[in-house]
Amino acid sequence: MIEAKNIDFHYGDFHALKNISMTMESNTVTAFIGPSGCGKSTFLRLFNRMNDLIPGARLTGQCLVDGKDIYAKGVNVDELRKNVGMVFQKPNPFPKSIFENVAYGLRVNGVRDQAFIRRRVEESLVGAALWDEVKDKLKKSAYELSGGQQQRLCIARALAVSPSILLMDEPASALDPISTSKIEELIHSLKKDYTIVIVTHNMQQAARVSDKTGFFMLGELVEYNDTKKMFLNPEKVQTQNYITGRFG
Amino acid sequence: MTGKRTNQRIAFWIFRILGLIVVGILFWILGFIVWHGAGVIDWKFLTTAPTDGMTGGGIFPAIVGTCCLIVGSMAVAFPLGVMSAIYTTEYAGNGKIVRFIRIMTNNLGSIPSIIFGLFGMALFVNALGFGDSIIAGSFTLGLLALPLVIRTTEEALRAVPDSYRTGSLALGATKLQTIRRVVLPTAFPNITTGLILAIGRVSGETAPILFTAAAYFLPKLPTSIYDQVMALPYHLYVIATSGTDLEATRPIAYGTALVLIVIVLAMNLLASFLRRHFGKKVKTN
Repeated sequence: MIEAKNIDFHYGDFHALKNISMTMESNTVTAFIGPSGCGKSTFLRLFNRMNDLIPGARLTGQCLVDGKDIYAKGVNVDELRKNVGMVFQKPNPFPKSIFENVAYGLRVNGVRDQAFIRRRVEESLVGAALWDEVKDKLKKSAYELSGGQQQRLCIARALAVSPSILLMDEPASALDPISTSKIEELIHSLKKDYTIVIVTHNMQQAARVSDKTGFFMLGELVEYNDTKKMFLNPEKVQTQNYITGRFG
Repeated sequence: MTGKRTNQRIAFWIFRILGLIVVGILFWILGFIVWHGAGVIDWKFLTTAPTDGMTGGGIFPAIVGTCCLIVGSMAVAFPLGVMSAIYTTEYAGNGKIVRFIRIMTNNLGSIPSIIFGLFGMALFVNALGFGDSIIAGSFTLGLLALPLVIRTTEEALRAVPDSYRTGSLALGATKLQTIRRVVLPTAFPNITTGLILAIGRVSGETAPILFTAAAYFLPKLPTSIYDQVMALPYHLYVIATSGTDLEATRPIAYGTALVLIVIVLAMNLLASFLRRHFGKKVKTN
């Protein structure tokens, strides 16, 4: 479970997130939608502290993952990122073999048991619905895969370290429709084991994959509701305007 | 219309001719040296010491000396250069101090090599008491090569996409693990290329070793890093200007020049070969 309480976030002078509070339940898919620059990706990146890498970033408020304040002093960021996996907009496999890509997270976290690594790699690739396509070429470069396969490889890579939460930052925006639907099916099947938060530009996608949806605009959380309700009967007029395509 | 066409044709011809002139000069120099030097090169020339007041014999000690200096200077420049490049690109951000360091690094690269020679003499030979030796020469040449190694390594590191870094960090890797396991292996081919270019650079330098390592005439091979050595570029200078009998040493001078050029050329070819070879391989490792 993820809880955000009164989050304010600045990049230098830019007030990117304004007093946002929301709770994302375990084993649900939560989608963030909103126009470009509305802060939804910034908000997503709070939960694995990827925003730490940005110079001049400032955060106030509280961010709890499974009840623990992840910005408290003494929090081990590497451990946090192991628990909160991330899939990026553009597939970014390492220039290594398919096997080594998935094994990477285990290796950097100190796993040396080769049999365990082999088993985890297979489980993760199965989990990411990629195993059947790559089981005969695990030693091949990850860059010999198609874009959609690369993205599923990146999902497998994130699954390998057994996270409980998966953050997805527009995971299908660089993919063709068939690869996109595979990713969406995958999100469905991952839901029973993981808490998933997905940022998307595509409202149909949000409607298809998510249980709850948050609509962001100009750094504010305008509306947060059950996806069905949000798309059929939104409470706010801005939400209505956005999802009916009047702007965005 | 025709005016434009004619202009274009004229411009292309000018470019073409200028290009040919550059290539022509290179081949002229090469051809000249091969023409005069190829005759003296044989197995004996490459494997024996100079004799008869340097009017006979070979250049073996100078080849060995140059190799020692190459290995020594790279042992200095490579770790130091790669590590400082890692610091400036991966850790230091882009603050004022880092920009200052970067500008200074570039300035270091444009200091005349004789200054390095004198500095090396003052510091390594005299102050640190190494004397004229392989180690003093290696440090001096290493300093000379340092800016080149730093710059090529920085470029190699910057060419690694940031998405690899964020991808690795997002899996719980530390920054050091990310650099060691993802960034460096990806940048490795280009770093190697920089190293080899640096070797090409130091193997041809005369001024830095003039006061720090090079011996005028020393037909025996070095036995420790505190020994002086002969070196190809300095040997060439000696036999071309201050030998006992300049006319008699002239063919040997051309032969020496040819060996030196072949070494430098081989290094450059190796650099571009490795870049292409690893460039293909790096993605499947």
